[in-house]
Amino acid sequence: MVTVEAPETLASTPAKPNKGQRPSRGYRVFQGVNALVLTGVVVLTLYPLINILARSFSAEDYIRSGQVNLLPRGFNLTTYRRVMSDPMFWTNYRNTIYYTVVATAISMVLTVCYAYVLSKKHLRGRSVLVGLAVFTMFFNGGLIPNYVLVSGLGLRNTIWAIVLPNAISVFNLLVMKSFFESMPVELEEAAAVDGLNTYQTLLRIVLPLSKAMLATMVLFYAVSFWNSWFSAFLYLDRSEMFPVTVYLRNLIAGATGGSDVGTASETALQIAANIQSVTIVLTVLPIMLVYPFIQRYFVSGVMLGAVKG
Amino acid sequence: MLSTYVNGVQKTLTWLTRDAYCAAKCNGQLSEIFEDAMAARTWRQALRRDWQLYSLAILPLLFFVVFRYLPMLGNVIAFRRYRPGGDIFGERWVGLHYFQMFWSDPTFWQVFTNTLIIGGLTLVVLFPLPVVLALLLNEVRTRALKRLVQTISYLPHFLSIVVVAGIVFQVLSVDGIVNQGLKALGQEAVPFLQQPGWFRTIYVSSEAWQTIGWGTILYLAALTTIDPDLYEAARIDGANRWQQTWHVTLPGIRPTMVTLLILNIGTFMAVGFEKILLLYNPLTYPTADVVATYLYRVGVVSGSFSYAAAIGLFESVIGLVLVLSANAISRRTVGTSLW
Repeated sequence: MVTVEAPETLASTPAKPNKGQRPSRGYRVFQGVNALVLTGVVVLTLYPLINILARSFSAEDYIRSGQVNLLPRGFNLTTYRRVMSDPMFWTNYRNTIYYTVVATAISMVLTVCYAYVLSKKHLRGRSVLVGLAVFTMFFNGGLIPNYVLVSGLGLRNTIWAIVLPNAISVFNLLVMKSFFESMPVELEEAAAVDGLNTYQTLLRIVLPLSKAMLATMVLFYAVSFWNSWFSAFLYLDRSEMFPVTVYLRNLIAGATGGSDVGTASETALQIAANIQSVTIVLTVLPIMLVYPFIQRYFVSGVMLGAVKG
Repeated sequence: MLSTYVNGVQKTLTWLTRDAYCAAKCNGQLSEIFEDAMAARTWRQALRRDWQLYSLAILPLLFFVVFRYLPMLGNVIAFRRYRPGGDIFGERWVGLHYFQMFWSDPTFWQVFTNTLIIGGLTLVVLFPLPVVLALLLNEVRTRALKRLVQTISYLPHFLSIVVVAGIVFQVLSVDGIVNQGLKALGQEAVPFLQQPGWFRTIYVSSEAWQTIGWGTILYLAALTTIDPDLYEAARIDGANRWQQTWHVTLPGIRPTMVTLLILNIGTFMAVGFEKILLLYNPLTYPTADVVATYLYRVGVVSGSFSYAAAIGLFESVIGLVLVLSANAISRRTVGTSLW
């Protein structure tokens, strides 16, 4: 009988010896039902996405009469051309790229520096430095004081209102810290013997050995900045500064200006249905393009990571 | 490359967790005591030896002080009159004026109730689902199927909330696929997003769609660390598969479950503020409006900053009390707790 324990997915673990028992009939029924349920999960996850894709290529009449399901009806590319011919869309798209690159770079520098410091167990005051960060996971100032602060610092309508208040994710920081802690101490001792100072050790020894971890961090930060909208919505007033998520939000809300409350009137929804779908597709596109690349590491990697840990 | 990340996440959770049965953690504590002995005895010595390390901490510390701790202090405007554009700490003391104001504000109590309901639903419905999905995935013998389910179900996690909201609008619109299904069954089309009665269902379902798959990652990782000998022993004792799951698998992932549960309780009051802001409209306020969205409208939109700050402070304090209580209860009952 094949057993419950998962390691059969591990390349590094020898397959669990089969004891020669045949699975019981009940278990085979369970396997069938299980496969069915999981297939259901896949279908439910994909259905809305495929529907949006179908809508983006469909003619408005078919959408309005509720005929677009999994396949486009009245196939056309006019909506794509229409959205892509809006200069504001491209301006906002460029803003998203710009904000993502700058914010990710700053986040990475701050996170790596602090995580490296926190990983040094001998450091006096380390627990205070750790506590200072961890406490903010459970208690924060709240929306209004943050808003007042960012406005008071004069950061409104600048890129810094988006970048700085979210520069360090404490969770990522702690993950990075535990990664640095798991590095062999001997490496850095050797570096010290060779006369490297702290900065040189970090730059020349530690970081090159952390490439995989750094790549993952960059990815997670970049995705979160690419997807973020609320800071931009809150602090930016001029539409030529918006990221593409706010552009999309305004389409959804049926407003072109800076409407304050997320309202969605049914008429606006009707008019813009295919335009919304196209904008959704174009916003998600870069993430969809990198996803197959990253998930390959992920699905196999999760298991390996668990074994090492 | 992401394996290292999940590995790190696991370690971080373990580090955040003090599990009574976790021997590894105890070893960690021992070694830390050991390290303490090596630590510099005075600040002067420490600074002389490690000034380069401390210098690396300056910018991050500046970030925490300015963007995390200053706003905490900024909450004093809940007790002071604040003029937009004026001093960020307000102008003069008004005591508990703003707290009394929201205490007698019926809208506040309505949004407070909504928050508790949506937060409760999120916890009760969305917390167990990843566990169930992980257990189901764990039973799959066909590797291709397992891979497919993982690949597809992780995907929504990487989408922006705005995109998810957009998808919700499309799917639930009068011409969307849900209403197409209803029509095929001979039902009338339902304008879901205009009806308060549907909002909670819509919110929780869209959260489920986006988070369940990704939520399985840590459980799947925890499942692989369960000692296979335990199953062997359980089988010899005559445990069937269901009993094995109940007595071996679930206790094996319990520390992970408890840690994530406590962390989730910590975000109970904040609920999915951004998503609700995108999905709700004045028609659905009766069920959809939560504390966070209400104080956003009162503060940022209407400019009553002090009033909104009072509400926000109340919310944060409840959140902190919740997480501390959950932690204390968990420590007494199952022996697992944060810090």
